[in-house]
Amino acid sequence: MTGALVVARYAMQECVRRRVIPVVLVLTVLFLALYALGAEIAFREVEDFAGEDPLDEQVLTGSTLFGLAMFTTLFLGAVLAAFLTLGAVRGDAERGLLQPLVVRPVGRTSLLLGRFGGAAVVCAAYVAAVYTASLLITGIAGGWWPDSPVLPGLGLVAAVLVIAALSLLGSVFLSATANGIAVLMLFGAGLAAGLLGQIGDALSVDTLETVAQVSAWLLPFEALYQDGLEALTEDVRGVTGVVVRLGPFGGAQEGGPLLWVWTLGYLGLVGFAARTAFARRDL
Amino acid sequence: MAPAFVCRQLTKRYGATTALAGVDLDVEPGELLGLLGPNGAGKSTLTKIACGLVRACSGHAEVEGAPAGSTSARSAIGYLAELFRFPDWLSADELLALHQSLAGSEGGARERMELLELVELDHARATRVDAMSKGMQQRLGIAQALVGRPRLLMLDEPTSALDPVGRRIVRDLLTGVRDRGVAVVLSSHLLSEVELVCDRVAILNGGRIVARGTPAELARPHGVEIHTGSGVRSYPRAAREEVPGIVAALVAQGEEIYEVRVLSSTLEDAYLEAVGATQVVAHAPAEDAA
Repeated sequence: MTGALVVARYAMQECVRRRVIPVVLVLTVLFLALYALGAEIAFREVEDFAGEDPLDEQVLTGSTLFGLAMFTTLFLGAVLAAFLTLGAVRGDAERGLLQPLVVRPVGRTSLLLGRFGGAAVVCAAYVAAVYTASLLITGIAGGWWPDSPVLPGLGLVAAVLVIAALSLLGSVFLSATANGIAVLMLFGAGLAAGLLGQIGDALSVDTLETVAQVSAWLLPFEALYQDGLEALTEDVRGVTGVVVRLGPFGGAQEGGPLLWVWTLGYLGLVGFAARTAFARRDL
Repeated sequence: MAPAFVCRQLTKRYGATTALAGVDLDVEPGELLGLLGPNGAGKSTLTKIACGLVRACSGHAEVEGAPAGSTSARSAIGYLAELFRFPDWLSADELLALHQSLAGSEGGARERMELLELVELDHARATRVDAMSKGMQQRLGIAQALVGRPRLLMLDEPTSALDPVGRRIVRDLLTGVRDRGVAVVLSSHLLSEVELVCDRVAILNGGRIVARGTPAELARPHGVEIHTGSGVRSYPRAAREEVPGIVAALVAQGEEIYEVRVLSSTLEDAYLEAVGATQVVAHAPAEDAA
């Protein structure tokens, strides 16, 4: 475990020294500034046409904006997770960076754990910070607060950890560039499956719903995102509740406790697969 | 005491390519072994199997009595790869500190300073890897391999990027390390380097050891050449010990002797012969010329 901690610290140091974090922070501040401006304008606009319709404009605007912010947070977190892990094994081995570390007595499992741990800490902190900032901006700009503010944030963190784990597994088999492309394509596939599921639900097409469900099990980051969206407005009822659950970029869908159990198991399975493959890999 | 490294009938295949085809090798503690061979002979594969980076298909390899690749085997090894790279954002001191942590070394700042002095990089303690020349990085690589006082040092082409001064530093360093009881396996294409520092040489070709012995054993005698008043006379089968008798006989015949040369092949000749590259050409070492 000590070896894993050393590697994790090294991975985090690398983020800072390579200026990954400063660059991401600058981009994030830009995003948050634009989001604050957009939220301010959006809430002001909907106030103008608020009437006696059955829709609660404030809830609709707040949850839609915040759902979009969650999606952006997930996307930025996924990109960060992929960049931090995409070359962890084969990429670093091809560049000759990995061999001097693997020869040391820490062992390959500790090395993988450390790389995952380092990426997990950085990504989790980043996602939590952006999520909290978006939440505060939405609340301050429009006076809207989600029904359950903690669970969606945890869901996003878990989703990004799933992406980091998949990227680490991919790095055992693929070169850095190929792995980066593969991870972003998986992310896109999960997103597309979520949208298809929403269309299937709206049109009552069983096949599409089945595809979405299977995809959600195979790529649980999308299910965690949808579960988070659901938790945002879990207490909203009536027409507003129906509309907000359509959600931006994939509908809100409750995952339930089984989703979290599956996510933990999924991380364990992916980790086991990565460890087994790495142990057998010639460097 | 267990050998520093031993392997028996070691084989390794990459698909249809055989990298090692049954290698037996022993390296004793405090021995400096030169591993020679053309590109693709299997030198790096053998080194990597010893370090636990590559798994053998069959046979076995041990480091200080522990299976190669096991934690205790890796604890005993210092390694510098042929194609290595260090994180360019680390300074020399930070890199050594990282490897100290990974190796469980408690040497602290003192060990780091000693190692940097050993490779004459003490002035570059705070210099980042990306600001170092290739030669400096190679010397830093050797310092990195020595972190934690390894008992077996596996060096794959450690002097390939060094200038003559750098090579001299590494040569002195290797003999110093060997004198402290550390076994060194030096894989190199630079035969002159190997000849100068190695106690023993193993020549690999096509995944097999085709010759082994001390540099002197491999550089076999190739007769005697005597320059007389009537021309050069060659005695291709004569040994050094026969020279006085031959000279006496020639003098008795009335010949005037100007020069006597005991011919021997160099390590390069032995190498070329072993890998089947060319015929051996005999040379007269300067010190044997009379």
